[in-house]
Amino acid sequence: MPPTPCSLCHIARALVKRPKTGQQVCKDCFFEVFETEVHNTITEGKGIFERGEKVAIGASGGKDSTVLAHVLSVLNKRYDYGLDLFLLSIDEGITGYRDDSLETVKQNQIEYGLPLKILSYNELYGWTMDKIVEQVGRRNNCTFCGVFRRQALDRGAAQLGVDHIVTGHNADDIAETVLMNIMRGDIARLGRCTAVTTQSEDTIKRSKPFKYAYEKEIVMYAYFKKLTYFSTECIYSPDAYRGHARVFLKDLEAIRPSAIVDIIHSGESFQLEQSVQKGMKAMQTCLRCGYISSNDLCKACALLEGLEAGLDRSALRQTQANSSTAPEGHRTIPMFERYSNIGVSQPSATEGIEKAVQAIEIK
Amino acid sequence: MTRSDDIIITSNGLGYITNSASHPESLVKPPMAPTAGEDTIEIKIEFGGGLHLLFSSQPTHKINIPRNIPNSEDGQPQPVNMRYLVKWMKSNLLSEREEMFGDGDGVRPGILVLINDADWELEGELEYELRDRDEVVFISTLHGG
Repeated sequence: MPPTPCSLCHIARALVKRPKTGQQVCKDCFFEVFETEVHNTITEGKGIFERGEKVAIGASGGKDSTVLAHVLSVLNKRYDYGLDLFLLSIDEGITGYRDDSLETVKQNQIEYGLPLKILSYNELYGWTMDKIVEQVGRRNNCTFCGVFRRQALDRGAAQLGVDHIVTGHNADDIAETVLMNIMRGDIARLGRCTAVTTQSEDTIKRSKPFKYAYEKEIVMYAYFKKLTYFSTECIYSPDAYRGHARVFLKDLEAIRPSAIVDIIHSGESFQLEQSVQKGMKAMQTCLRCGYISSNDLCKACALLEGLEAGLDRSALRQTQANSSTAPEGHRTIPMFERYSNIGVSQPSATEGIEKAVQAIEIK
Repeated sequence: MTRSDDIIITSNGLGYITNSASHPESLVKPPMAPTAGEDTIEIKIEFGGGLHLLFSSQPTHKINIPRNIPNSEDGQPQPVNMRYLVKWMKSNLLSEREEMFGDGDGVRPGILVLINDADWELEGELEYELRDRDEVVFISTLHGG
């Protein structure tokens, strides 16, 4: 086929067919529309950010977070958002996956000149994902990882003193989440998962600037800009539930590419009926570690207790232990401090861990 | 293989002329060229996004495929296309797990294909006719970000 000119500048040869719009654009126009759309997502309405805000970028070394670090640095300078950017990385302790990708994050730190903080599951909970999968098996391990990571990001951000976390979730991820929540009938999550910024009382704001960016476009952007990223599937993920939603979504995309944003739009338009809304639980704080929770014990503490006791399955159901103190000898999560003193070398986190260590008696 | 100036004679006695005298050795030993009387063309294949793990963990390959292939309907020769290349790769380069790469005649949804740096959707996807020295890149998007 003869080369077609770009539909935007009409000069250069078109290299990319945008899945979102079907437009055929050249390399430079592609960069421009991609970056401008992210800028629009950020500044729409009142805007996600405020001037002078400290923002932590959840960086895993993968394609989304690498492109996010790049684009956010670029836009911060170009449009003068006035943001203070940091890189925050979580080490789940998955050998052969996470240890390699962290090397990429360290590279990003140098390339973009952003300070980096790495937090590991091991230092926070005393468990690595490898050990968890050994105990729990491969069906529900993603639940543990997700719950623990969410808390770990919040704690890392609190230690850095940031007010805002951004993650590289793209349009495909959000559409998959909408589908998953429908398939599992999870009303509470369905209402929350499409918001560009989520915040509950006492947790740090989280935003997804790539909410409307297609995964394909992120990969093309990284390829043309020659950004280095780490690309291997998590070794535990093939059996995950999300895989089903992803396969379905990819098939839909192949037939009608606009399906992805359409699903997100549907997710945004859901309205819960009054009676359902009243039945949902109110937010409170965990009795054991102070993190936000809908029950007496937050999910992370419940899961951790289950792991420690070897009763992995029971923790995944709703029945919660009533005591606010952990059983003898169990590791606990340090108390969550919303605004920690960062001038001194993180006293709250280490103090809590020391107490936990002292509490463990080896008989 | 013997060389003489700009003419390269392949192992089955066919010869073709190349512009570059410094013709690099293939990274993967190419299979025998097909039936006598047909030319071959050279294609450079690159893998991104972890796909190389399915292809002997080699990120780049240089291969030779026939310049013309018989048309499926009337057997007349037609220029070789992407459809043939994908099938060829499945039989000759893929070292494991075919379902991770192919999907019927085409590639699995979630794998991007770039021909000479352009999206293959702009070039006709499977119907694109390959030319000598084309560079085809397969990038997988199916991994964590």
